[in-house]
Amino acid sequence: MSKVLEARNIQKHFHFPVDFHVLKDISFSIEHGEFVSIMGKSGCGKSTLLYILSTMDTDYEGELFLDEKLITDNSANELARLRNEKIGFVFQFHYLLPEFTVLDNVMLPARKLGKKSFDEIREDALDKLRLLDIYDQAHKKATMISGGQKQRVAIARALINDPVIIMGDEPTGNLDSKNSDTVFNIFRDLSKEKNFSLLVVTHDQDFADKTDRIIEMGDGRIISA
Amino acid sequence: MTNYRVIFDITRTHLLSRIKQSGVAALGVTFGIGMFITMIGFMTGLNGLLDGLILNRTPHIHIYNEIEPSEAQPVDLLTDFSQSFNVVSSIKPKQSQVRIHNALPLISQLKKDERVKGVTPQVNANVFYLAGSIQINGMITGINVLDELDLFNFGDYIVEGKPKDLIKNNKGILLGSGIATKMSVTIGDRIQVKSANGSIIPLKIVGIFQSGLAEVDKVQSYVNLKTAQQLQGGGNDYISDINVKLWDMELAPKMSKEISSQHKLTAIDIKTANAQFDTGSSVRNLITYVVSITLLTVAGFGIYNILNMLIYEKMNDIAILKATGFSGNDVKLIFMSQAILIGLVGGTLGLLLGLTGSFIIDQIPFNTAGLPTIKTYPITYDYKYYLIGISFALVSTFLAGYLPAKKAEKIDPVDIIRGQ
Repeated sequence: MSKVLEARNIQKHFHFPVDFHVLKDISFSIEHGEFVSIMGKSGCGKSTLLYILSTMDTDYEGELFLDEKLITDNSANELARLRNEKIGFVFQFHYLLPEFTVLDNVMLPARKLGKKSFDEIREDALDKLRLLDIYDQAHKKATMISGGQKQRVAIARALINDPVIIMGDEPTGNLDSKNSDTVFNIFRDLSKEKNFSLLVVTHDQDFADKTDRIIEMGDGRIISA
Repeated sequence: MTNYRVIFDITRTHLLSRIKQSGVAALGVTFGIGMFITMIGFMTGLNGLLDGLILNRTPHIHIYNEIEPSEAQPVDLLTDFSQSFNVVSSIKPKQSQVRIHNALPLISQLKKDERVKGVTPQVNANVFYLAGSIQINGMITGINVLDELDLFNFGDYIVEGKPKDLIKNNKGILLGSGIATKMSVTIGDRIQVKSANGSIIPLKIVGIFQSGLAEVDKVQSYVNLKTAQQLQGGGNDYISDINVKLWDMELAPKMSKEISSQHKLTAIDIKTANAQFDTGSSVRNLITYVVSITLLTVAGFGIYNILNMLIYEKMNDIAILKATGFSGNDVKLIFMSQAILIGLVGGTLGLLLGLTGSFIIDQIPFNTAGLPTIKTYPITYDYKYYLIGISFALVSTFLAGYLPAKKAEKIDPVDIIRGQ
């Protein structure tokens, strides 16, 4: 089994307003096809860790490997390309572009990647929407659909470039229990049937309990992995 | 790698989804450029008109015999007094002829000079216009009509009749409009003219001349060179003035010095005669540019403002774009291209607005005694100004878009996502 993501001795400080050691010596790795959740109380640094793992935050010490390559000292442009190609992101607050249709939103990262033709990308996007059972909403404006639907569109967008890992930042935190279950089941299926690797930050114990592995954090350290 | 199609699609969606804001921003540019084109067209048109007023009818070099006292008085010729301080009181001008000595060879020599565009001789004669028992003071100039038409736009000042009629009719006269009114005569009438030596010549009015300067029009009339020579009682070689037009006006001062020293004649160049004139033109141009640049700068600030606000509104979108793999440069391009598109659309409409404005001004009646042939306000449609206009629109929107776009490039998505 290959490691899709590995963190070695990651340290992170906030410098403002006073120096604060948020992440203390974080090391762990995620195997290909694993469904991992990071648990912990508010303020324990789990979101901060996720931003570092997602390559958006580069202000840390330690080493980060994505797809078994060291990416810690990559340039901002290289990291943007890595995010585009290898990481799918699902946020707590759906985060669709409001002026675009559902389909456009899903297609954007693939069009940015530019590896396929417009028509192929369109077919891919429609496939993903069909997979997530929101095919019928494809041509609506992103603002015209419900919260649960938006989150499924966001997942479809995360899948569009067939990333090596999907990361979620409280992806169910803003949803009712019914929609939460739907989103969880989608993640479950993606992991089991499509063999995607997933890393989800959550403080929902029920959600975490159903994942393959729980990394528990407290006070900037990993308590159990 | 940048996929420009995606960038442009995002740009287009952003602009179209807030068409009112984009429209207002573009209108700012449109108005600025439109005003620039209209103003500069009007100003240069007016400048051209005023230039023409002076430059077209003024010879670059005017050669004549000035009546003046001799510089060297007889006492200066005596060696006995050369070391002393001589005072001669009550000096009178020297008795000399008004005509230019050996004028015809001089003219043919000037015509051979490659700097010279054209040379035309004139004969000036003081006369009286006879109206019954009343004699009205006047001045008649004998001209070579074709040369005058060609070199000095003489035709612009003939309000009635055709100047060419003068060529056919040796007893014809182009009468000043002031005198024509005074004597209540018009085309086809005959008047009598008495020359300084007492001879009376009847002349037929073939046209009315109006220079725009009332004082001139009250005395000045034009006849054929030959007719004026008869009035003065001179032959074919009687010529009192020679007017020279050069290819390059700037050479006039140098050449007039050459002529006056070589031929012992007075030669006045246009620069000396109209020194104040150049200054007026350049100051008017300066004012036009200052006003236009102010307008465009204001439009630029409008775009800066709107894009700045847009970027604050779009913080979330920028964070998503960056999180899904768009680089800072992509985001900058998205906002820069919005600014430039606004500039391009606004600028192009501005050119059309400017053209329309120019066209409207061009239709407004503008009748002035000074310029008999001008019927509407003068306007220049010079493509050069349209190029300047569109370039300025693009440059100013580029600058106005650059700072906000740079800010968007720098936005840290983590800050935005964490802030939620």
